[in-house]
Amino acid sequence: MVRLGALGVGLVFVLALLWGAVQPRDAVTPDPVRALHLAPTEIEWSYRGPGNLGIFGTFDRGQLQRGFQVYKEICSACHSIHRVAFRDLAALGFSAPEIKAIAKGYDIPSIDEKTGEPTTRKGLPSDKFPLVYANEIAARAAQNGALPPDLSLITKAREDGPNYVHSLITGYRDAPANWKVPDGLYYNPYFRSLNVAMPPPLAADGQVTYADGTKGTKDQYARDVATFLTWTAEPKLEARKSTGVAAVLFLLIMTGLGYLSYKRVWADIKRKPASI
Amino acid sequence: MASETQLPHGDDLTIDGERRRDFIYVATGAFAAVGAAAVVWPLINQMNPSADVLALASIDLDLAAIQPGQAIVVPWRGKPVFARQLTPAEIAAANKVDAKTLRDPETLAQRTKPGNEKWLITLGVCTHLGCVPLGAREGEKRGDFGGYFCPCHGSQYDTAGRIRAGPAPKNLEVPQYAFKSPTSVAIG
Amino acid sequence: MSFPWAKHYEPTTDFGRYMDSRLPLPRLVYGALGAGYPTPKNLNYFYNFGVLAGVALVIQIITGVVLGMHYAANTGIAFDSVEFIMRDVNNGWMLRYMHAVGASFFFAVVYVHIFRGLYYGSYKPPREVLWLLGLVIFLLMMATAFMGYVLVWGQMSFWGATVITNLFSAVPIVGEAIHTWLLGGFSPDNATLNRFFSLHYLLPFIIFGVIILHVWALHIPGSNNPTGVDVKGPQDTVPFHPYYTAKDFFGLGVYLTIFAIFVFFLPNALGEVDNYIPANPLSTPPHIVPEWYLLPFYAILKAFTTNFLFIPAKLWGVLAMLSAILLLFFLPWLDTSPVRSNSYRPLNRIFFWVLVADCILLGVCGGKLAEEPWVRIGQLASAYYFAHFLIIIPLIARFEKTLPLPNSISESVLAKYGRTPPPGSAGSFGGTMPQPAE
Repeated sequence: MVRLGALGVGLVFVLALLWGAVQPRDAVTPDPVRALHLAPTEIEWSYRGPGNLGIFGTFDRGQLQRGFQVYKEICSACHSIHRVAFRDLAALGFSAPEIKAIAKGYDIPSIDEKTGEPTTRKGLPSDKFPLVYANEIAARAAQNGALPPDLSLITKAREDGPNYVHSLITGYRDAPANWKVPDGLYYNPYFRSLNVAMPPPLAADGQVTYADGTKGTKDQYARDVATFLTWTAEPKLEARKSTGVAAVLFLLIMTGLGYLSYKRVWADIKRKPASI
Repeated sequence: MASETQLPHGDDLTIDGERRRDFIYVATGAFAAVGAAAVVWPLINQMNPSADVLALASIDLDLAAIQPGQAIVVPWRGKPVFARQLTPAEIAAANKVDAKTLRDPETLAQRTKPGNEKWLITLGVCTHLGCVPLGAREGEKRGDFGGYFCPCHGSQYDTAGRIRAGPAPKNLEVPQYAFKSPTSVAIG
Repeated sequence: MSFPWAKHYEPTTDFGRYMDSRLPLPRLVYGALGAGYPTPKNLNYFYNFGVLAGVALVIQIITGVVLGMHYAANTGIAFDSVEFIMRDVNNGWMLRYMHAVGASFFFAVVYVHIFRGLYYGSYKPPREVLWLLGLVIFLLMMATAFMGYVLVWGQMSFWGATVITNLFSAVPIVGEAIHTWLLGGFSPDNATLNRFFSLHYLLPFIIFGVIILHVWALHIPGSNNPTGVDVKGPQDTVPFHPYYTAKDFFGLGVYLTIFAIFVFFLPNALGEVDNYIPANPLSTPPHIVPEWYLLPFYAILKAFTTNFLFIPAKLWGVLAMLSAILLLFFLPWLDTSPVRSNSYRPLNRIFFWVLVADCILLGVCGGKLAEEPWVRIGQLASAYYFAHFLIIIPLIARFEKTLPLPNSISESVLAKYGRTPPPGSAGSFGGTMPQPAE
């Protein structure tokens, strides 16, 4: 009875599916975006270690600081990094007084102690980087309808994030003849819809002057800021990997010992046939 | 290992075999125990204060508006801080007492900054079980010793914030602070 | 119950005797996981996955309880609280990655466990209730995992919650009411997040309870084994401890090593990038997919694109997805073959591997955008899934010619070594086996 019912139910489901499968499909016009869209270019990152494998490798502190500088001088006009606190900058190699000075350069929304009215105060190391726009409406109003995303997590919120950031900001070019770019947008084959509202942020080599003498090229800016944004998205990356190396080594040894114990325990069972 | 298992049956109990077997079992068990302990630590440590809590450590306090004999209450690390400008009479009363006779011997000078003895800055947390003592705001009961009075269990503090009567074991704690100008301090 | 030759717990200390007559917990453990549980001696590594699944659940519960100390179930700050765990809580990043990766690993282990049961016929009498309890655990796991994924309150969380709860609106007449009731509103919002958090915290403990029943139901008939032949006597078994505790410890080591590699080096490999974007009710991500372990069912849901027999496609999809799981509850009565193990069912074995490939194919289809050829492939793969369980399995048992079974487990073990069985192993049924002299 169960089997008869099953047979019936099974046939109905199979027929419903096959009926769907044999329906004629509407002709689909190929999406022109797919043909033009490009995957990000693979970069060798210092924090991914040898072979770009991501097992070893640490952030280059100098590069992080340069990336922070690029962020501050270029990106921060529109993009916040609101999940990062000034105190976190210690991981970039900044000293406590330096962090205090950086924090002081930002105005943090606050309440006036006497009147209770909204006001601003100087930033403290314990504060987070302030938002550029108070809310989405303000951002869109100021940006001609576009919303500059917060960059704190951007390298984790995009497929192949660090490479994507590097490719995107260096990847602006003239649109091909068959692609129409709407007014106010820019052609960028690395952007999902190809039309990005962000104007090319890196105008020319030398736009940012590095204090450490590193040559300021557009590609260098992109690499540095992508590294910085990898850190903002995953500040515990170095701890994670060093813990991981120790944990995996430990587990390998433990597993090896477990295997020897297992073989030992079973030795007499597996041996028995020989002794009979 | 492989050659070991191929030994004829009965060789198990040789001294050598016994030792080898024990060593592997003990080593495996030891590794498992160490591994378990290593995993327990993060589980415990996650309950310690997080980085943002530890970072909220210092505040600036403006003393200019505090008149002699008055106090203000400000929050610091989630606890109240009492900042009081002592009157000359209160200072005299505090200095009159022989500190050695006290439960928690401290002089007023030890509890204030040199040159700023009139500014008594303490935590507003009774050292008994953590209630907030009365006496910092106008009109509150200040106890028999003219300082602070804890309503929970009746601890009484004098004008230097020292414990004088009741169950509390210690004087009101003085937080770390430094004068940045004659009328402003940084706490923490 | 146990086999008559099972060892019995003998307390060796005064305290042991004292406790044994008051709360015989050591006796329980001894009989369940200790030397008092005679286990077939031919279990292979696939039989490790039951214990691994238990460990995976314990890891989820421990890390989950700890994350719950920092997580805030409020739509305004849920995403922030997760990032707070990742950035500021001591070792928070590790705990959160362990929990997120752990969910995937739990499913991976359980899938192997289920397919092992399918291959060796572990659902067949007398283990039907064991199988049913396992399916209950699987259903509870899916609910728990889904609700846990929503807690992050990223884009995929929000839109996953929207899509999955919308399934209920396919129910005729009362669907909309159920949908609204589930959400506590008209779209996923604070009420939804709070109840999901509450249930996500509760369900693992219910799973734990069902696992105790599952293990209890296992101990009545005892473990199945790769031959599918019943245990005939003491020569077929070894005590669970130390033999299988040692083997499980080794298996656990391998599992934890792979787990650690993912947690520490590929923590986001099994996740979706869109879930690092805070939930936005006004903008749907271009491509909504569930976590990988639900993709095969998602593919079945998507496979119904046309109305059929006056039932709308949407309802077909929901019915089919539900049936895809529910039909497993009937499996013990659909497969009437007296032979358990596919090692001795050459025809069924072929279909088993086709099913494995089909499920993987469904998983691939589930992750693709709704375009050709994937829609059609998904439809055919879904059709095979139903045909496999509802048509092929019931029919095959009637026509299949099975291979001769070994007389006993020990005989099959010895055959592997090319030797004849020891005296007595043939027991009351063999009789004709050559008996070597003592």
